[in-house]
Amino acid sequence: MSYVFLQQYWWLLVSLLGGLLVFMMFVQGGNTLIYTLGADDDQRRALINSTGRKWELTFTTLVTFGGAAFAAFPLFYSTSFGSAYWLWMLILVTFVVQAVSYEFQHKQGNLLGARPFRFCLLLNGLLGPLLIGGAVATFFEGSNFLIAKGNMLSPDEPLDMAVSTWANATHGLDALLSPWVLVLGFAVVFLTRCLGLLYFMNNVENEDIRSRASVRLVGQAVAFLILFVSYLVHLLLKDGYAANPVTGVISIEPYKYLHNLLTLWPLAIVLLIGVVLVLYAFWRTIRSKNYIGGIWPAGVGTVLVVWMLLLLAGLNNTAFYPSNADLQSSLTITNASSSEFTLRTMAYVSLLIPFVLTYIAYAWHSLDKKKITPEEIKTSDHTY
Amino acid sequence: MLLTIDYAAIDWARAQFALTAIYHWLFVPLTLGLGLIMSIMETLYYRSGDAFWRRVTQFWQRLFGINFAMGVATGIILEFEFGTNWSNYSWFVGDIFGAPLAIEGIVAFFMESTFVAVMYFGWDKVSKRFHLASTWLTWLGATISAWWILVANSWMQMPVGCQFNPDTMRNEMTSFLDVALSPFAIDKFLHTVISSWIVGAAFVVAVSAWYLLKKRKDEHQLAVKSLRIAAIIGLCASVGAAITGDESAYKIAEVQPMKLAAMEALYNGGNDQSLTAVAWVNPFKQPDYQQASGAPMRLAIPHGLSILATRSLNGFVPGVNDILNGYTRADGTVEPSASEKMERGRIAIQTLADYRQAKSEGADEATLNSQLSTLNSNMPYFGYGFIKDEAELVPFIPVNFWAFRIMVGLGTLFILFFAFVLYLDWRKKDIPAMKWLLWTAIVLLPCAYICSESGWLVAEFGRQPWTIQDMLPISASVSDIGSTAVATTFWLFLVLFTTMLAVEISIMLKQIKKGI
Ligand code: HDD
Ligand code: HEM
Ligand code: HEM
Repeated sequence: MSYVFLQQYWWLLVSLLGGLLVFMMFVQGGNTLIYTLGADDDQRRALINSTGRKWELTFTTLVTFGGAAFAAFPLFYSTSFGSAYWLWMLILVTFVVQAVSYEFQHKQGNLLGARPFRFCLLLNGLLGPLLIGGAVATFFEGSNFLIAKGNMLSPDEPLDMAVSTWANATHGLDALLSPWVLVLGFAVVFLTRCLGLLYFMNNVENEDIRSRASVRLVGQAVAFLILFVSYLVHLLLKDGYAANPVTGVISIEPYKYLHNLLTLWPLAIVLLIGVVLVLYAFWRTIRSKNYIGGIWPAGVGTVLVVWMLLLLAGLNNTAFYPSNADLQSSLTITNASSSEFTLRTMAYVSLLIPFVLTYIAYAWHSLDKKKITPEEIKTSDHTY
Repeated sequence: MLLTIDYAAIDWARAQFALTAIYHWLFVPLTLGLGLIMSIMETLYYRSGDAFWRRVTQFWQRLFGINFAMGVATGIILEFEFGTNWSNYSWFVGDIFGAPLAIEGIVAFFMESTFVAVMYFGWDKVSKRFHLASTWLTWLGATISAWWILVANSWMQMPVGCQFNPDTMRNEMTSFLDVALSPFAIDKFLHTVISSWIVGAAFVVAVSAWYLLKKRKDEHQLAVKSLRIAAIIGLCASVGAAITGDESAYKIAEVQPMKLAAMEALYNGGNDQSLTAVAWVNPFKQPDYQQASGAPMRLAIPHGLSILATRSLNGFVPGVNDILNGYTRADGTVEPSASEKMERGRIAIQTLADYRQAKSEGADEATLNSQLSTLNSNMPYFGYGFIKDEAELVPFIPVNFWAFRIMVGLGTLFILFFAFVLYLDWRKKDIPAMKWLLWTAIVLLPCAYICSESGWLVAEFGRQPWTIQDMLPISASVSDIGSTAVATTFWLFLVLFTTMLAVEISIMLKQIKKGI
């Protein structure tokens, strides 16, 4: 395993985690629909309990994404989190409040009542996908950070010793001023809402909810497709950030992402398969009355699409975390990665991943054999 | 520009990390401790098939769930705070430090979050056997998670298995096994996890005691049986905590002598040192260690400290001033004075800057090599180059001194308490009728938490000013975000976590009142 191979392998894995995370955010998308999809409180509780059984997996995927980025691309971890401070803090805070909201909202002794916690679920449901989608967009649009390793060698000025800094005082929030960042952000919001609907239809056994979800899907899917297709077209037409493989110098290359797609054509095929799977899931769910399996093709499709997009951002000598403030500060999988030794060691550890995925699938298969019903929530021992 | 140092930003970053870590640690020990106890109870159910044990297990699992959610919620902030608040640090050692965190996610967190779901929702959906396994795996996942995070923490106390690479300007891993199985990490893991069982045991004992005090009929059986199981675990764990704690202190003497000197308020060391039981150290003021000969009103155990630190009656233990002024170890090696280390640290930093400059200008091999050899010989003191004043090298002694005494004092009390309860039980005394004993059990619950947090205060305050011992001080680790931003998030987390804690405690109390 050469160093270059290992860097690509880890980019592959981190990107896959990114894809899984966007898919798992059906929890967030679902939570934004609780009020409108559930007709009465019983139905709403059924919905909350349905996402309530999966939120930890989403959460853990996010945490593991952070850990894997830290281990494999530490300069990215330190730069992104340490300079786009506010963007990440907002994301984290909404995930923190979400984490307790399930367990607390319906318990006796809850001093605040159910409403603030349901509001937190809603807040996280909207902001989580929006900001994470936006963060993904900065992989293509660039951010305003600077990197200067020499800073650390000037011990007379502690704060100027920071290697990575944000070029202005917003510490990350200015990314949200870029329209294209918002387009992809909202595309992810609508995608997670579609996934949420498909998941509810599959997981909650209630005709009322199922038929309402199927109707709601149309609007959400259209909104998603418009935003997503616009972004995709924009991406293929836009300039990209190319790294010279020998010198490491970064330069702007017109149609960089289109070139990546053509050069790495197998990725284009997988991307296409992903899109088709998502469309198929939407189409069949909307057309057929009894089809409730849409979450599966849509989920697989989502993972594939996001995975491929992230690969396009990093492979083929592309800067995956470009800096608009200073082009040469841009991060590539070469200049941001851990040492060869660490990547190799971690590659051995990654062999455990299939095993982990297997037991997750097995455990959830055993639990989900019986669907959730509003009636069950009233009688079972552990509910939210 | 010498005066532009933004100490406030560093202090806010420290305060924020301390706050979030202290909150996280309010929930984790109960997860580790109660997880063990409820797994044992479910095993009893599995073996006996007695529905009573199933109800008992489910009761404790409900309390576990409320606590668990808070542990998870507070943990995510910490994971990302290395990057948000200590970004230089994350980059400088990310090659080594990131690995345990990634492994923790892949190996431990998924295990926990998957099987905890089976544990909650699977009672009548999966087989008894699979359910039992899930309960144990939830606990195992939590314990493995503790292992990896403590490997990371231990590495900060005792950096091993790595080498500085002047070309990438960061530390790189050279041996994974040295990092993962560092002797410091083994001690730390054993002590932390075993001491967490005390918290779990104290919790179960306290809740049971409350039922007995309230003479609750429905919960009487649950209380009596739970109390016995918890007391057994509590006794084993508190003895284990004392043994492993002693071993931790021995390791500290070896790798962090300044921490030990601060814990003991030992200003001037020497051979044959006694161990301070109590003394007067003003809790709010750094003592004048240069002038004072030692802490006043001192009550000490002869030879104690020498035995603890060197395992011999009259071994040499350096005090704060010895470490600052330099001293000679028993094996004859000389520890340089602080000023010499600082000088050599500055040389290391300057040489590295020169080397980078020369390299970018395409200097010849010979120049680079001579710079590298200067760098390598001074590299062990790299971190000292960032230190401006010797006084920075001394951690805040009062916190270390008192937190250590609280931990050891309460730890001893726990041994006595659990032993006493078991003795009464063995002599078939009527524990439910002993009001004072039951009240003691309730009072000891907050003590267990205080004890556990104190341990961390010793570990983390004693490490100051280093983020990584001798390698990187906090002033060079911090991100450049500005004090206002960090102060804002500090208050945000304080309000958020305190509200969440208030709700949690209230729910917990209601759930306990509701009973089985
Ligand atoms: C209920 C909990 C509890 C109890 C009864 C004890 N400890 Fe402890 N101690 C901890 C809970 C703890 C902890 C929270 O788990 C710490 C914090 C960091 C760590 O490694 O474990 C800790 C740290 C810690 C450290 C610092 C480790 C470091 O800096 O890395 C020392 C030297 C001791 N302990 C020593 C003792 C001794 C001699 C005890 C004798 C009774 C003792 N502890 C009881
Ligand atoms: C300061 C560094 C720490 C970080 C970055 C950290 C990170 C985290 C994160 C992200 C979670 C949520 C995991 C999930 O998604 O399920 C978590 C939970 C947990 N952490 Fe920590 N943690 C730290 C300290 C510790 C320590 C010192 C221990 C144990 C010795 C520990 C043990 C646990 C356990 C057992 C859980 C499971 C849930 C619970 O707390 O109840 N953590 N931690
Ligand atoms: C969960 C139990 C823990 C508690 C209660 C705790 C407590 C603290 C406290 C009080 C500080 C501030 C020290 C000061 O500035 O004087 C601190 C700093 C810090 N701790 Fe911990 N800690 C815990 C676990 C950990 C773990 C497991 C790690 C690493 C894996 C860690 C890494 C750090 C770092 C990086 C800092 C900031 C830099 C520094 O002050 O040196 N902590 N912690």
